[in-house]
Amino acid sequence: MNKHVSPKMNRRAFVIGTAALGAGLAIGLDIPFGGPAVVRAADGSPEVNAWVVVRPDDTVVIRIARSEMGQGSLTGLAQLVAEELECDWSKVTTEYPTPGQSVARKRAWGDFSTGGSRGIRSSQDYVRKGGATARLMLIQAAADEWKVPASECTAANSVITHTPSGKTTTYGKVAEAAAKLTPPADVKLKDPKDWKLIGKGLLRLDTADKTTGTTVYGIDVKQPGMLNAAIKDCPVFGGKLKSFDEAKVVGMKGVKKVVKVGDTAVAVVADTWWHAKTAIEALPIVWDEGDNAKVSSESIAKWLAEGLDNAQPAYVGNKNGDAKAAIAGAAKKIEAIYSYPYQNHATMEPMNATALHTADRCEAWCGTQNGEAAFAAVLEASGLPAEKCDVHKVMPGGGFGRRGQTDYVRQAVMIAKQMPGTPIKLLWSREEDMAHGRYHPITQCKMTGAFDADNNLVALHYRLSGQSILFSLRPEALQNGMDPAAFQGVAQSGEAAFGYSVPNLLIEHAMRNPHVPPGFWRGVNVNHNAIYMECFMDELAQAAGQDPLEFRRKLMGNHPKHLAVLNAVAEKIGWSTPAPQGVYRGIAQVMGYGSYVAGAAEISVTDGSKIKVHRIVASTDPGYVVNPAQVERQIAGSFVYGLSALFYGGCTVKDGRIEQTNFDTYNSMRINEMPKVEAVMVPSGGFWGGVGEPTIGVAAPAVLNAYFAATGKRIRSVPLRDQNITFA
Amino acid sequence: MANLTINGKTFTLEVEPDTPLLWAIRENAGLTGTKYGCGIAQCGACTVHMDGVAIRACGVSVSEAEGKKITTIEGLASGNSLHKVQEAWIAQDVPQCGYCQSGMIMAVAALLNEKPKPTDADIDEAITNICRCGTFQQVREAIHTIASA
Repeated sequence: MNKHVSPKMNRRAFVIGTAALGAGLAIGLDIPFGGPAVVRAADGSPEVNAWVVVRPDDTVVIRIARSEMGQGSLTGLAQLVAEELECDWSKVTTEYPTPGQSVARKRAWGDFSTGGSRGIRSSQDYVRKGGATARLMLIQAAADEWKVPASECTAANSVITHTPSGKTTTYGKVAEAAAKLTPPADVKLKDPKDWKLIGKGLLRLDTADKTTGTTVYGIDVKQPGMLNAAIKDCPVFGGKLKSFDEAKVVGMKGVKKVVKVGDTAVAVVADTWWHAKTAIEALPIVWDEGDNAKVSSESIAKWLAEGLDNAQPAYVGNKNGDAKAAIAGAAKKIEAIYSYPYQNHATMEPMNATALHTADRCEAWCGTQNGEAAFAAVLEASGLPAEKCDVHKVMPGGGFGRRGQTDYVRQAVMIAKQMPGTPIKLLWSREEDMAHGRYHPITQCKMTGAFDADNNLVALHYRLSGQSILFSLRPEALQNGMDPAAFQGVAQSGEAAFGYSVPNLLIEHAMRNPHVPPGFWRGVNVNHNAIYMECFMDELAQAAGQDPLEFRRKLMGNHPKHLAVLNAVAEKIGWSTPAPQGVYRGIAQVMGYGSYVAGAAEISVTDGSKIKVHRIVASTDPGYVVNPAQVERQIAGSFVYGLSALFYGGCTVKDGRIEQTNFDTYNSMRINEMPKVEAVMVPSGGFWGGVGEPTIGVAAPAVLNAYFAATGKRIRSVPLRDQNITFA
Repeated sequence: MANLTINGKTFTLEVEPDTPLLWAIRENAGLTGTKYGCGIAQCGACTVHMDGVAIRACGVSVSEAEGKKITTIEGLASGNSLHKVQEAWIAQDVPQCGYCQSGMIMAVAALLNEKPKPTDADIDEAITNICRCGTFQQVREAIHTIASA
């Protein structure tokens, strides 16, 4: 399975996976595609291979390794397997293998990590092969029974037909025999033109329980004898727990124990969470806040601004010609400085995990975007080997990148370890969640553009100053100190490539890492890079006296896929015809996560400060669209996430800690602020791009460019609430 | 100790009178469909009906809820027949992560009870729940579908 290992996988999970195998944990099965011994699911049904279990009643259970968190890829991945399996979609159900099972089976299910809009694009090849392999084995089993050549048999809708005789059987009847067969070494996948399920807007497989309150999220986990924990971690990042006065709360209703959690946090364990929460609020705690307590938003902004100075060191991420010389000798130049703040993921369900630590075993139940990373956290915090641990994934109430981190899982295990034999559910309050995010990184950007005498853009210097996510979370991925991901959306090539040709180009990053921990926040570095670049592109167009769309088009001749999505939104929104009276338009495009996206907004502005977003048109070329209904929802949802951050977001720092505490100070868009979003899908085929994140990048610049069109004023910092601008 | 009527059943619960109704429902009555999102009546994830009116259960104490008829997401269906809002939510695939949807569905059910054919302005006024996944477009469409049925 190594060929499926993403280079972006969690390093610790990989190390543990390898170590576990070295310890002889592999259970001697020919994985991933079955083997002579029949492997059985929990209910005794045979596994045709690791991806496909068929029950005698023809129900097909498709194994899903990536996490569903609302983005719909559980359904999409099942469609990919079912497409090749030729099974009856109405009898498809899904289940998660556990990370412990995967490690014990040589990582039969590959990477569990669900981030970077990779859920489908990074596993589409091997899950489709899993479906195709199972189909061939089921057909072979039927052919063997009938004593006919498999080549005379076909499969459709879970029914196998021997064409010459007309004999039929079903998957459920031959699954047991199929599971004993040696899987074919090589399988051919369908030509996309023959797809029947891929490309269809099928209903999700996980909706019904979400409408009746029966879906189990992490917060809903119940275990026999379970107690509940509330926690407070040092509000200043990098600070420590000095002391707490346990005596003040031990007598409070329901309180069972007060425990130290590592060097930085304290938790109260009680019969109910409400009792635990009430007690932790009453617990006197003394923090050793350390030097970081001196840091504020102002001090961070000053430090980042210094990084905009060309004399300061910077990593070069994209370069063409000699931008500095061309700017120095240009007929005309313009310059602008933009900034983007910290943002909290603010998943609707605050972080939580349930852990049970017995004398020789540790298990956790949690919503996670990376089951293997959560598993690694359980191993690390418990000190137990892989074969004595496991993680049971439940539905996360939102992920957006936050649940790719495992801090909350580690905490739950550290508490449970101090109460062996008792399951402990740790739930963060919203306030704890706001205070201990893994925040969208903070940056500033100075851009300089230069024109020749004919108003052609001859040079562009893009100088980013600010935080690197990889520096904090995956330092092994830095390249000679440079964070390659910092250039998402403005990179020379790859899955987030710059879409303009400028003869003299310099894109560089002065890395400055404040103490506030950064994280992968849906859209990640595409978000600010797209705002900076696409708003400045409008400024350049204005300086050149040209239409923003036409100005872009002239620079995009060598980037036909970028241009195609831009043209698609321009056409759909009617760029060439006047907007309705009092309505103004803005446009933006970017590439991210292997997909090309563009957005256009129609807004009106009252008194310069009240924005009504009337209409959004957004196009995407992800290569292939697996489920257009879900892609449409991801596009619309991206505008909610991106515009909430633009209008209401922004986390500020005072005395080393985050100031925002809840949705009253970190608001989110409501239905009355939701524009009508029209999605235009223009899949061009031949590649697989992601859809969960890229569109967020164009949400803010499309609206900000429309705001300029309406008011003649440029907005160069986020959020708008700081500038007394809000939704109408 | 408090007596609460939830989904037509009487629960005698070992809770202090100032316990938020949300936590009594979730932890004492064991009905976990009602969600915690903010605890300060901002997000609406804990929306339930009290005497038919949509309220945020995190901001109401057990003592205020005593003697009232509480309906949670688990009690919205009539026996085996789902409420029309639940049916529309399934047919139109409204939820994404789904965490806010219990509250969203309860808010919509209360709105439709009061105004069977709400305008967009009525929806904007009544539905103030936060959904971070951004299902608003599907929520609005589903409400109109129900209203036009």
